[in-house]
Amino acid sequence: MTETASLTTSDGKPLKAALAASLATRRKKALLLVAPLLLFVLVTFIVPIGQMLFQSVHNDGFSSTAPTLQAWFKDHPEGSDIDESAYAALAADLKQMKADRTAGVAGTRINYDISGTQSLFTSTARKADTMKPPYKDAILATSDKWGDPNVWRAMRDASSPYTIDFFLNAVDMTRASDGHIVAVPSDQAVYKKLFWRTIVMSAEITVLCLLLGFPIAFLLANIPMRHAMLLMILVLLPFWTSLLVRTTSWMVLLQQQGVINDLLVWLGIIDNGHRLEMMYNETGTIIAMTHILLPFTILPLYSVMKTIPPSYVRAARSLGATSWTAFRRVYLPQTLPGLGAGGLLVFILAMGYYITPALVGGADGQMISNMIAFHMQKSLNWSLAAALSTILLVIVMIFFWIYDRIVGIDKMKLG
Amino acid sequence: MSTIQTGEPFVVFDHVQKSYDGENLVVKDLNLSIGKGEFLTMLGPSGSGKTTCLMMLAGFETATRGQILLNGVNINEMPPHKRGIGMVFQNYALFPHMTVAENLSFPLEVRGMDKAEREEKVTRALDMVQMGKFAARRPGQMSGGQCQRIALARALVFDPELVLMDEPLGALDKQLREHMQYEIKALHDRLGITVVYVTHDQGEALTMSDRVAVFNDGRIQQLAPPDELYERPKNSFVAQFIGENNKLPGTVEALDGDHCTVRLQTGELITATPVNIRHVGQETLVSIRPERVEHKSEMIPAGAYMIDAEVIEVIYMGDIFRTRMRVAGTEDFVMKSRNTMGQTRLAAGQKLKIGWHPADARALDPIE
Amino acid sequence: MKKLILTTALTCCMGAAAQADVVVMSWGGSYGKAQTEAYVKPFAEKFGIKTTMIDADNPATPIKAQVEAGNVSVDIASLEYADAVRMCDEGLLEPIDASKLAPAPDGTPATEDFLPGALTDCGVSTDIWANVYAYDSTKFPGEKPTTIADFFDTKKFPGKRGVNKRPKAVLEIALMADGVPAADVYKVLATPEGLDRAFKKLDTIKKDIVWWEAGAQAPQLLADGEVVMTTAYNGRIFNAVADEHKPFVIVWDGQVYENEMFAIPKGAPHAEDAMKFLTYSTSTEGLRRSAQWISYGPARKSALKEDLLFHDGKTEMLPNLPTYPGNMKNALETSMEFWVDHQTELSERFNAWLAAN
Repeated sequence: MTETASLTTSDGKPLKAALAASLATRRKKALLLVAPLLLFVLVTFIVPIGQMLFQSVHNDGFSSTAPTLQAWFKDHPEGSDIDESAYAALAADLKQMKADRTAGVAGTRINYDISGTQSLFTSTARKADTMKPPYKDAILATSDKWGDPNVWRAMRDASSPYTIDFFLNAVDMTRASDGHIVAVPSDQAVYKKLFWRTIVMSAEITVLCLLLGFPIAFLLANIPMRHAMLLMILVLLPFWTSLLVRTTSWMVLLQQQGVINDLLVWLGIIDNGHRLEMMYNETGTIIAMTHILLPFTILPLYSVMKTIPPSYVRAARSLGATSWTAFRRVYLPQTLPGLGAGGLLVFILAMGYYITPALVGGADGQMISNMIAFHMQKSLNWSLAAALSTILLVIVMIFFWIYDRIVGIDKMKLG
Repeated sequence: MSTIQTGEPFVVFDHVQKSYDGENLVVKDLNLSIGKGEFLTMLGPSGSGKTTCLMMLAGFETATRGQILLNGVNINEMPPHKRGIGMVFQNYALFPHMTVAENLSFPLEVRGMDKAEREEKVTRALDMVQMGKFAARRPGQMSGGQCQRIALARALVFDPELVLMDEPLGALDKQLREHMQYEIKALHDRLGITVVYVTHDQGEALTMSDRVAVFNDGRIQQLAPPDELYERPKNSFVAQFIGENNKLPGTVEALDGDHCTVRLQTGELITATPVNIRHVGQETLVSIRPERVEHKSEMIPAGAYMIDAEVIEVIYMGDIFRTRMRVAGTEDFVMKSRNTMGQTRLAAGQKLKIGWHPADARALDPIE
Repeated sequence: MKKLILTTALTCCMGAAAQADVVVMSWGGSYGKAQTEAYVKPFAEKFGIKTTMIDADNPATPIKAQVEAGNVSVDIASLEYADAVRMCDEGLLEPIDASKLAPAPDGTPATEDFLPGALTDCGVSTDIWANVYAYDSTKFPGEKPTTIADFFDTKKFPGKRGVNKRPKAVLEIALMADGVPAADVYKVLATPEGLDRAFKKLDTIKKDIVWWEAGAQAPQLLADGEVVMTTAYNGRIFNAVADEHKPFVIVWDGQVYENEMFAIPKGAPHAEDAMKFLTYSTSTEGLRRSAQWISYGPARKSALKEDLLFHDGKTEMLPNLPTYPGNMKNALETSMEFWVDHQTELSERFNAWLAAN
């Protein structure tokens, strides 16, 4: 052992232990200080995200309402003959569903897999009380769809509450009747296209925000303080207006009978019959979102530029660089932390934006978040919404990781 | 005003004026010639116009009137990157995203120099400031002194004939600053470059310069070699700004060539050397350097004027004693005496006679 | 697990309505106003039970969430027909005994007085509303659109079209415009070829469509001049004309109508008072009062026996109701069975079609 191991405090305790004890107390105190926030974040952020992740792979709509079938599927492996015992189990569950009024729940779950089966459950359940053995004939008499192996395949899949089907669905895949995973018909494929469009549009918005925000931030950082304050207020003004108001103002400006078109017609730049379509399409989404997200690039850029003394560019100039070279080689690289922070912030915010594209996006300006909202609010397929959200979260994290690899997250400066 | 010390005039300020707001002149009618190979320092308090002059020479500001000539060519309209002037900044202005070698390579790159030549020059420049080992470091990983050397090397690496330095040592501690002063001076001597150096530190100016231009209120107050500046200040601003200085206000009673008689406010009559005295009856400030004041009778030079003094405090400063006393009504009259073997240490409250040689008492214009 | 999610999501927003004794959740706008005037205010006055109206974009969503979370704060919800049926099947709504509903003034039992289909296991119809299309008459000084086919004819009637952004009642009108008789629409739509035919018809005007989502947007788009004609809920257009004197004209050809249902969520805190409210509202008098505020047809025969005037006291209501014989010449009732089964699949197909360029 080394000498340090035998060091003790004045009252004879080993020094290391005493040190550890004092550190532990300090750590406990620190933990106590952050505890309220930690709890808050846990309850309002971590737990809901965890629940969302869970819901994307968990749907007990069928498994909890059809316990008899669940047991039958457990006893009879895939490929077993769908015999009388299977139909008897189905009949037992349908009777229970009728009593509990849960046929619709079970039907909804199977309907996610095979369209047109919702009413199969509800209508058959209504007649379940009067059914007598042999159940196979009785059930097939209500609808010959019950003989479809694909329905049985779907019920077998759904008999476990855990499934990756919603993720398959979220990337435009589905299960064929033999259980193999196949792509959905191209006229139903929508999510991959939307994810891609979301990424492309977010990137376009980010680039636009950086291009437009850079000169403003530069101006802000380099004009006298009192002018800068005024300009800063103008930059921040959108922050103080509700998102809805801002989006609606863009509608007033951009629509075909709107201010900009009126002005262009009045100036004779365009013909009254050929007014520009700047809204209810991708252009509208990009214009409105760029405006709304612009402050998120200006602020980090400004705070970075504020710290770059003019002597750097002067030094470069005195060393023989033209003003363009000085900007490119000396000034621009130093604004990278601001460009990175602003760009990443806008990109991530844009990926999840939903009100603005919903209002001004029309059909081709929709983003994946609109589809998530659709499944949350209209189709009520929360598992699919959760799966889409999870994929969106993963995509954002991948971009975050790429950013970290290229620029370095430690270089980010938010203001 | 322009006395050319060495060689041809290399840099010429010809009736240069500068105003930022169109109302106030920051630089008022500046005329200055700097010889090739000269080390010229622009010294002055902040706001005196010295930095503006440097910026006009570097090309970051344009003269409102007048012209600036470099090697006989008017450079008023020439952009900074074409002037070929090296510059060292107060905060070093090393590019933080580049390594030391990349920083030095930058001016060579923009001049289109090929890689081998660049590397050779960078190595040579780094060796020149004894920083060869630091080529791969980034500015953030180095101390202020190291950064300053790199900044110096970068300003010299492309062999400029003229190097401007804007308070380059301002951010360093005293010891390092003094050390760097010698190094810069040595480099100047070795390379034969022309240096225009801006500082508000008079010690720095005196140590390094061939000539010093003292700036105040947009004008050069005096342009002279350091010794002349110190010993023969031309006006009370210069006298006060350069070194410590005792001031005794009074009125000129008689003026006779290189002597004048001044009646101090307390009534004593003293003899002084007139500097910018034009007529009898003029208000004046008589300036006496503290180290030229003596209290021991055997040290007082012949013909010196003796005056009553009362010691207020004595500060022991190691190599010297700094004695503050009451003389002719002022309470901040300072006498500096070397801490030699036979030196007597005065005590507060002690009354004695002190004296100085009339040549050391210079009658200057009073400061408004 | 699911309960936990919902509790987290809902606890924050549920405080508002906690005080009232009966809470009604409906669609807001002029429809919500009509229901407040016709049902909520007189009920509260008559029975002395505090009653509150709250709005939702589509009450089906929060009701589903509340029931699944076991934290129900709403006593009465106004639901679309298919949702009322589907949620009933899922056990999210209380069953309603139709025999306990108020009989007609002449004593006819409710079960006979209500129009066919107006009573379901868990819902009672309050009114019949229609998806119609309307145009701005100032935009067509010459020939006016009169048929559903005209809506798809951008050569004859150039200009933008406003369309509800969902497949329901959109695929139907596409087929009817393509010449499918109302009676065959769902038969055709159930086949893959029929579905393709509907989308192909929509393709012909896709680039001219401005999509809307909230009911109030449709008359707004017309008023702004953003579209020259739009599909709409007929009551919204009627109110824009009657209240705001807009030059809008409804084309009844190809209307798609359905019942709007009052239902009681399972576990409603005041189920007894809710039933009282439901009985009161869906009485002949209650339904007539509602029709004086918005042009949706009462679902009782007895309510249509006498003339009805708008609350301004001069506009005749009967000719403006979807159920008026003159408006029913080429009308289609939404098939609840079809949409309960195909909602998911068709939504996806519709979304994919929208996203395709």
